[in-house]
Amino acid sequence: MAELTYREAVAAGIAQEMRRDPSVVFLGEDVAGAGGVFKSTSGLLDEFGPDRVVDTPISEQAILGAAMGAAMTGLRPIAEIMFSDFFAVCWDLVANEIAKTRYMTDGMVGCPLVIRSGNGGGLRFGAQHSQSVENWAMAIPGVKVVAPSTPADMVGLMAASVRDPDPVLLFEHKALYPTRGEVPDGEIVDELGKARVLREGPDATVAALALMVPRALEAADLLAADGVEVTVLDVRSLVPLDTVTILASVSETSRLFTVEENPRLCGWGAELSSIVAEELFWDLDGPIVRITTPHLPLASAPKLEDLALPDAARIASTIREALG
Amino acid sequence: MPVSGAPYGQHQVVLPEPFDESLKDAPIDLETRLEMFRKQHEIRQLEKRIYDLFLQGLVRGTSHLCIGMEATGAAFGVALRPDDYSFATYRGHGHTVARGVRPEPIIAELLGKATGLVGGKGGSMHLTSVEHGMLGCYAIIGAHLCIANGAAWSAKLRGTDQAAVAFFGDGATNIGAFHEAVNYAANYRLPTIFVCENNLYMEYTPIGEVTPVTHPAADRAPAYGMDATIVDGNDADAVYLAAQAAIERARTGGGPSIIETKTYRHGGHSRADPGTYRPDDEIEAWMGHDPIPMYHQRLLDLGVGEDRLAAIVQEVAAEIDRATEAAKSAPEPSDEDLWTNVWADGGSRWRN
Repeated sequence: MAELTYREAVAAGIAQEMRRDPSVVFLGEDVAGAGGVFKSTSGLLDEFGPDRVVDTPISEQAILGAAMGAAMTGLRPIAEIMFSDFFAVCWDLVANEIAKTRYMTDGMVGCPLVIRSGNGGGLRFGAQHSQSVENWAMAIPGVKVVAPSTPADMVGLMAASVRDPDPVLLFEHKALYPTRGEVPDGEIVDELGKARVLREGPDATVAALALMVPRALEAADLLAADGVEVTVLDVRSLVPLDTVTILASVSETSRLFTVEENPRLCGWGAELSSIVAEELFWDLDGPIVRITTPHLPLASAPKLEDLALPDAARIASTIREALG
Repeated sequence: MPVSGAPYGQHQVVLPEPFDESLKDAPIDLETRLEMFRKQHEIRQLEKRIYDLFLQGLVRGTSHLCIGMEATGAAFGVALRPDDYSFATYRGHGHTVARGVRPEPIIAELLGKATGLVGGKGGSMHLTSVEHGMLGCYAIIGAHLCIANGAAWSAKLRGTDQAAVAFFGDGATNIGAFHEAVNYAANYRLPTIFVCENNLYMEYTPIGEVTPVTHPAADRAPAYGMDATIVDGNDADAVYLAAQAAIERARTGGGPSIIETKTYRHGGHSRADPGTYRPDDEIEAWMGHDPIPMYHQRLLDLGVGEDRLAAIVQEVAAEIDRATEAAKSAPEPSDEDLWTNVWADGGSRWRN
């Protein structure tokens, strides 16, 4: 067991897979020589060399096109889109090409690749470098979407994503890069499509993702001090979505709160709320409540960004108020 | 006002230059030429049949035909090795046939049948056949140039000497993906061959009205440290020689190539377009610069008998007829087919 930062876990996960499989290659802007703008890919160039770890031009369409063409012809590429906001300049490759190829070719061609990207706010980067765009991704049939919240999950879900025969968008939360956690020794391979129960309590189910997971856990501590015990779920994977685990929890607690960093409209919590409302309506003791960033671009000023993103105090007070 | 100075509809007419008769003596063996002859007929007869089926209301949606532009696809189809990769556009029926895909699964695909090349899920704009090296037809302008780079990169890393060819139109040279892809290929010396089929019109608008250079692909090549080749895209021999050189370069680590082939579509952009925006004298001149009768005459000049050529044309026609009947009588996809092949497990489930 070693303690790694979330940042180190990114490189550890990629390295584990590149050691295992020579067809795994990695490309992106500043990822090789510089080790990534977040220093999350340090050491990979030294270990695997410039043929397999490639610094690219600032050409997001070229990056994802290269990854796709390589995936179609026998490689297992990992591509980095530095900030997830930049998906906006290469979304054609994601939404029209990578996601749809298997269906449009009736299974003849697959795109086994991973696109990893720094996602989310909290770093005062302003509206074009802070978005949570996982809900853009989950709206498109044909791509899988995961968002680890801990170093151990980062390694395990990275490995599962690389080994998956379908395209996976892996969202790394930029504000989690310095966080630390225990990572088991040896090879770690997780499973896509599995949520995780992090804390159990009978009063409500709180489903969270990425940076919202530690904030939901902190909120659970605040609530526990008031005698309210909630279950906290790390959703981890939006596509596939582990509705079995989530529905099982809600059927026990009879209340659901989602904690989402995305702006409010069409966030993943809306889909989850819809599923629970359709399938567990008669088990609910009260309305489903979504705790989200308001439907706003993110501001840069610390005070304004902090007001926008759900924090432990807001999560706890919203739950406390709703539970009455 | 664009730099051409011509308002819409009054652009400069671009006429074809005469065929280069000296290409009769080009070092291309007769079997290769007969194969190019056959492929050009396969493409034209298939496209004509698709047009007829469209008029009969059997082909739905849209179709982008390459009648008049057959020589480029046919020449590359003969010049490429079976394990090379082709990437084409929504005007891709010809490039698919050129790699050896038979007409029946193509017609069936356009008729929405279960026996279609991709099960009825792709349609006219998304023909793919991996076993023929045809890695797809792409309907969003520019993307497949980037994707072809990926296949070229993969070939290089795997240590094969395969080439990846991306065919695209003149209109694609003004989208960002073209410039990203060419820069990328040049920078990493990838075995990618960029083939711009310049038919003078992006869709309805002349490329010259929206582009400040005369040769939209070739004139951009120097910006990426590359040379380009401009050839008569209606002369299969000219295209074949350019293809051979580019393929050789790709196989021997020389990096990417840009080839611009000058051509013209006999019809409009797509099925909804009669192409009336084109001046009559331009159309007339280009109809006289048709790749197929020219190549027929060239083969006659080379001593091939008319009966041999007629037999090839007849064989192709017979196959197209058989293919049409088989495709018409094939079943539609089943209800279950809707749900298959989103994921590698064959299904489409997004939740447990």
